[in-house]
Amino acid sequence: MGGWLFDPAHWSGTTGIPVRLLEHLGYTLLTLVIAALIAIPLGAFVGHTGKGGFVIVGLSNALRALPTTAVLILVVLWAGLGDFPVYVALVLLAIPPIMAGTYAGIRAVDPVTVDAARGVGMRESSVLLQVEIPNALPLIYGGFRGAALQVVATATIAAYTGAGGLGRFVFDGLALQDFGQMLAGAVLVALLAVLVDLGFAGLQRLTVSPGLRPVGSGGKS
Amino acid sequence: MTWIFENWERFWEVTAVHLRLSVVPVLAGFALSIPLGWWASRSPKARLVLFPFANVLFTIPSIALIVITPVLIGTKILDEINVIVPLTVYTVALMIRSVADALSAVPGNVVAAANAMGFRPLRRFLTVDFPLALPVTIAGLRVATVSNISMVSVGALVGLGGYGQLFTEGYQTDNTDKVLAGLIGTVVLAVLADGLLLLIGRLLTPWARVGR
Repeated sequence: MGGWLFDPAHWSGTTGIPVRLLEHLGYTLLTLVIAALIAIPLGAFVGHTGKGGFVIVGLSNALRALPTTAVLILVVLWAGLGDFPVYVALVLLAIPPIMAGTYAGIRAVDPVTVDAARGVGMRESSVLLQVEIPNALPLIYGGFRGAALQVVATATIAAYTGAGGLGRFVFDGLALQDFGQMLAGAVLVALLAVLVDLGFAGLQRLTVSPGLRPVGSGGKS
Repeated sequence: MTWIFENWERFWEVTAVHLRLSVVPVLAGFALSIPLGWWASRSPKARLVLFPFANVLFTIPSIALIVITPVLIGTKILDEINVIVPLTVYTVALMIRSVADALSAVPGNVVAAANAMGFRPLRRFLTVDFPLALPVTIAGLRVATVSNISMVSVGALVGLGGYGQLFTEGYQTDNTDKVLAGLIGTVVLAVLADGLLLLIGRLLTPWARVGR
């Protein structure tokens, strides 16, 4: 079963495993950056002001129900083949967990701490950026890492509309009835997901205040 | 939108298949996750094994699991079981943590009071621990149900039924309306199922609304 994966011929060239791995990683990282730039400010704003929490939770749930395959196909039908539809579908997938994590994280900051920050004369923007967000980081990372796992797994679908990534092996294997190739694709995606999660776990250790460490990495969402 | 009204019968047919393929795994996964979650809530060792295992299961892409399942359990490639088994696995992976967290959060003095009143373990679990764990458990169940309803569509990429069929057929025939019909069906089904679970949760745990 591991024969396909360990055949040196599959480890070189423009359709080899390293290239597909990098494509997959590229989809994942750019998606997460775009999604974070949208979801963290939104979640932080709503968490800070306490207004519109209902909208954020409702929007997250509705977006979660959106089937990624359909979004991908619709954008392909409207805008044509390429990487653009992949990013639209994956960003929509990644926004809900990041936004929910940010919102929940900021709401969970001890009100006494926030009060103290205001009491010493901090401006609202400083309260948010220097007190609430640093304290909320464990939960923000929880949502972010949940999103990362989902994006790595779902980027596989991109290959259905002819885009690259590790999904190529799954869909090409399916078309050729080549079980070894499909399995290799699946195993590589799972491995990449574990590696990406380890990477973000390391980043979390480096950026979260040691005083908050026992809180843990949060659950999957 | 016109596609739905012009193809009403086909739409209901696909809806019924989609509902079956998403509800059966939720029920099966929920049933399996209760004993496993209970075990994880009691034993730190079980947690150490079950939680990382559940996390790894979750990283396997659904399309890959759907494709590999028939090879692993020897079913035909177009058997509905090939969607039901992977989605059950995902549901268990998600629910173990919810059930374990919920059971661990039952206050110790409540458990002690029940023990002191002479509740036997099984009766205590059914009438004290489990009901108190319901709000968190149902929250997990809502996430699992919604993600299942959305994931069933992936099965269509290998030829299985449900709304996903409208996606692949719409893609092949350049019919945006057909894809939209499936998308709307999926979202409406998810919202309805979510609302239903929310309602069931409220009816089953009237005490959760008191004193808040």
